[in-house]
Amino acid sequence: MLEFLTAFAILVGIYSVFALGLNVHWGYTGLFNIGVAGFFALGAYAAALLTIRPPLSNQGEDYLYSGDLANRLDSLPVVGVLDLWFVAALVAASLVAAAVALVVGTITIRLRGDYLAIATLGIAESVRLVFLNERWLSNVSRGIYTIPRPFGDIVAPQDYDRVYLVVVLVVFVVLFAGIRALVHSPWGRVLRAIREDEVTAEASGKHVFRFKLQAFVLGAVIMGIGGALYAFNFRAISPITFTPLLGTFIIWAMLVAGGSGRLYGPIVGAFVVWGIWSGSQFLPNVVERLPEAVGAPVLDALESVGLPNIRFFAVGVLVVLVLLYAPDGITPGIVRLRERLAGRMRRRARA
Amino acid sequence: MASAILRVRGLVMDFGGVRAVDNCSLNVDEGSITGLIGPNGAGKTTLFNLVAGFHKPTTGRVTFRDERIDGLPSYLIFRKGIVRTFQIPRELKRMSVLENLMLVPSDQLGESMWRAVAARWLVKRQERAIEAQAREVLEFTGLSEVADLPAEGLSGGQKKLLELARTLMAKPRMVLLDEPGAGVNPTLLRRLVGGIRRAREELGITFLIIEHDMGLVMRLCDHVIVMSEGSVLTQGAPAAVQQDDRVVRAYLGD
Ligand SMILES: Nc1ncnc2c1ncn2[C@@H]1O[C@H](COP(=O)(O)OP(=O)(O)O)[C@@H](O)[C@H]1O
Ligand SMILES: [Mg+2]
Repeated sequence: MLEFLTAFAILVGIYSVFALGLNVHWGYTGLFNIGVAGFFALGAYAAALLTIRPPLSNQGEDYLYSGDLANRLDSLPVVGVLDLWFVAALVAASLVAAAVALVVGTITIRLRGDYLAIATLGIAESVRLVFLNERWLSNVSRGIYTIPRPFGDIVAPQDYDRVYLVVVLVVFVVLFAGIRALVHSPWGRVLRAIREDEVTAEASGKHVFRFKLQAFVLGAVIMGIGGALYAFNFRAISPITFTPLLGTFIIWAMLVAGGSGRLYGPIVGAFVVWGIWSGSQFLPNVVERLPEAVGAPVLDALESVGLPNIRFFAVGVLVVLVLLYAPDGITPGIVRLRERLAGRMRRRARA
Repeated sequence: MASAILRVRGLVMDFGGVRAVDNCSLNVDEGSITGLIGPNGAGKTTLFNLVAGFHKPTTGRVTFRDERIDGLPSYLIFRKGIVRTFQIPRELKRMSVLENLMLVPSDQLGESMWRAVAARWLVKRQERAIEAQAREVLEFTGLSEVADLPAEGLSGGQKKLLELARTLMAKPRMVLLDEPGAGVNPTLLRRLVGGIRRAREELGITFLIIEHDMGLVMRLCDHVIVMSEGSVLTQGAPAAVQQDDRVVRAYLGD
């Protein structure tokens, strides 16, 4: 159980990072990025390729690029002990995502909003297809594996998840603190103004293009870092991870469910959506315990529809419900609830 | 004779086949409150868009304080001191009235990503100064009570006042107001007129005002320019313009 919860918390943390990046794009600036998977994949592959060991040619793995950074830095005094190759991998993931965002953004952000949407979608698919087809770069659909573990020699392998949970939390908290400072600053105020009405921001003397480009690159960098965290968690990545459904849709669902443009929206959304997602794997077990007469047909239905589809369906239903009944996401509701409880406690204390 | 702060020469703007502004030339005197009138579709709003850099003119020149500004991006024209409002208010809906104003000052330290994170103390200090300035402008325009409300909650008239407040927040040399009086109730209208007059007297701001309400134009303006079919039909003192047959005919669509 503890292992399950640890693995769950790690993924909530990683998906919170992606949703945090999307919140910078859509939540605060109104940039319609429907290619999150592209920056996710770029970050994951950049981090993985920089750190993996060279492939063994006698096993038929003949991709060419492997930074082998973890191995090479290991013997250095401070750098090796602190596993600074991990930091280098996060930086590499950031830089690759930033470079692509800078190019795509410079070309499309000046144009109407839909062009950015089309461009991000196109980039995401192109990135995935490149990794799927270029053996020398990415070992095609077999993917890249034996990605090293940061701080892997502190504990026994079976306890490693606990260490990695701390790593993910530290990275998340640093990013979250940075974003919080930014969105509450005059810089964040300009972004929100652009989201509300670009023309008014223009009439208030703001160089809208510059701010949008900065926000686009920042969000992409955060997504790239999320990709790196993802790669080190599973230690293996392949293009199947970066399909629009798994790499973009689910992250949008998290942001919308949690509350777009809210500081805590990404965390709340990642928790709820990932809860539904990973909880649904127990669905067959639950159904099996039902009386035979009810359970058997349901189980048949489950089998014929397929668990992955049911998961997407459940997440889709959640998004629709949120859009219908809490268009600002779940987070404002939680805030109101907390305020109401606090008010009741105060009244009780007075009485 | 006061000198012209704004000169427009031979300005043309084509939208596809429509020539919205057609060889338009005019001057606006420094420190004046100049009215810009003319029938619907005369090209007044388009002229504002051209002067403020929201469209690039097809041909022609715009000079502000003896410097050419046509074709410059709007944020640079803003920095030279020209600020415009919108015929239909475009408030930042889900931001407070105060935030709508605090956005406006240029070159805020905290607009740099780096300093927003690394020099928070300096940014906070500047924020306090900007907030004080914004509250002053709210006081000036009579919007103090609604400072912390989301701007979408304002009445139509209050939104018009917020448009004026936004321009004042910029410490402009010249303000372009697009129909500031349309749909504003008499109480708010008096406040608006008072605000414009005081801004000219106390701050030396030049106003160019598009307005359909001739009563308001007569009360407010020193000089009136009449546009029709994209160019200047006539101009002069408000009373003289009102008597002009050509103006009446232009309005009647003759
Ligand atoms: N962005 C635009 N695209 C196409 N046509 C426009 C645009 N803006 C204005 N026009 C046209 O230009 C003409 C002048 O419009 P406008 O400047 O709004 O007039 P006014 O403000 O004097 O009523 C109208 O015929 C209008 O339809
Ligand atoms: Mg108009």
